[in-house]
Amino acid sequence: MTDARNPGYRRDVGVDPPYLYPDYVGTRLRAPRRPPILLPQSLTELTGPLLGPGRVEPADADLTAHGESEPLGERIIVHGRVLDSDGRPIRDSLMEIWQANASGRYAHDVDQHPAPLDPNFAGVGRVLTDSTGAYRIVTIKPGPYPWRNHPNAWRPAHIHFSLFGHAFPQRLVTQMYFPGDPLFGQDPIFNSIPDPRGRERLISRLDLDEAIPDVALAFRFDIVLRGREATPFEDEDDD
Amino acid sequence: MTLPRTPSQTVGPYLALGLPWPDGPFVVADGTPGAIWIRGRLIDGAGDPLPDALVETWQADDEGRFAHPAARRAGPTTFRGFGRCPTDADGRYAILTIKPAPVPGADGRLQAPHIDVTIFARGLLKQLVTRLYFSDEPAANAADPALLSIDDRALRATLLAERSADGYRFDVHLQGDRETVFFDV
Repeated sequence: MTDARNPGYRRDVGVDPPYLYPDYVGTRLRAPRRPPILLPQSLTELTGPLLGPGRVEPADADLTAHGESEPLGERIIVHGRVLDSDGRPIRDSLMEIWQANASGRYAHDVDQHPAPLDPNFAGVGRVLTDSTGAYRIVTIKPGPYPWRNHPNAWRPAHIHFSLFGHAFPQRLVTQMYFPGDPLFGQDPIFNSIPDPRGRERLISRLDLDEAIPDVALAFRFDIVLRGREATPFEDEDDD
Repeated sequence: MTLPRTPSQTVGPYLALGLPWPDGPFVVADGTPGAIWIRGRLIDGAGDPLPDALVETWQADDEGRFAHPAARRAGPTTFRGFGRCPTDADGRYAILTIKPAPVPGADGRLQAPHIDVTIFARGLLKQLVTRLYFSDEPAANAADPALLSIDDRALRATLLAERSADGYRFDVHLQGDRETVFFDV
């Protein structure tokens, strides 16, 4: 129930892309034609799966550590914090990550892009946020790759992130991009975000302070999930 | 302080790399008394199946409890409540679970038993959210606030799962004449 102890989660209009964005051809037959109906948040929506702990091993945060030798490409660190829009850290929460290899090829049957697979890189990781909402992964910078959306269409280099947050309305799947990518202008997935400032929030920034000299560059990517309607009591467990 | 939220992006066609779990479809273990299979297909606006989608489910247990601090007053439970299944080449998914008990709505009155269903797929720039209700709960469904908020009565039927041999069938039509009702949560 949306009482003072369990306030609902704010709807923020204009942040996400629309369902129908015709330049992204895949939306044309999958976007519903009717607008969604407003659903008041009940206990089903004020709760959500808290399944991180027990599903992640420390090694899952290093996508470069699962082959017989190092994967090819540019080793990078990606790190940041996960907060809600009121600035509260999203603690102990599962993040799932997947991406193409350095050549722009996914280790997936459907991907027929004629670029080499890397036997030392599956492109899959998992990590838990810590008690401050911080996370850190080690991976390879993914390559851009062609797709069939329009003639000579190329996706900017990106890493997929899936987050649960602490409740159903905080669930988010998004993509992290890299600064200065020359492919942004022609990518309908990136440009489906209505507000240019929203697009910028998906672009990580080079973070030399977290780089490991002679080993790996670092990129910072902070993620903000939905905040709450009103300030809840400090201790949600004080029933 | 209000921070601007991070926008959503599509899972793309390769979600099967990162998201399926071996135990994902099993909200309850095989052999659990009273377990039901929720089975269905995802269909696009051309009538074609979605072979590259992910279905997630979230629900209360059979006493209306959730394993979550916001639901403490309903009592503790170890019920996972969460299911996750990628679709196959025919757009089919299957989740093994139990039927949830009614839980209170936003106004405090009991809702009909329901399961929140989330869909991720290539071509969806943001997840779709709908609700599965049980067609063999006509009295509870007739008083459910979310179902009653759908003005067109014929559309309410898109949220009713039908009995099947081993549980319930729940198809989701993303677009078209049989388009499922989706919710803004």
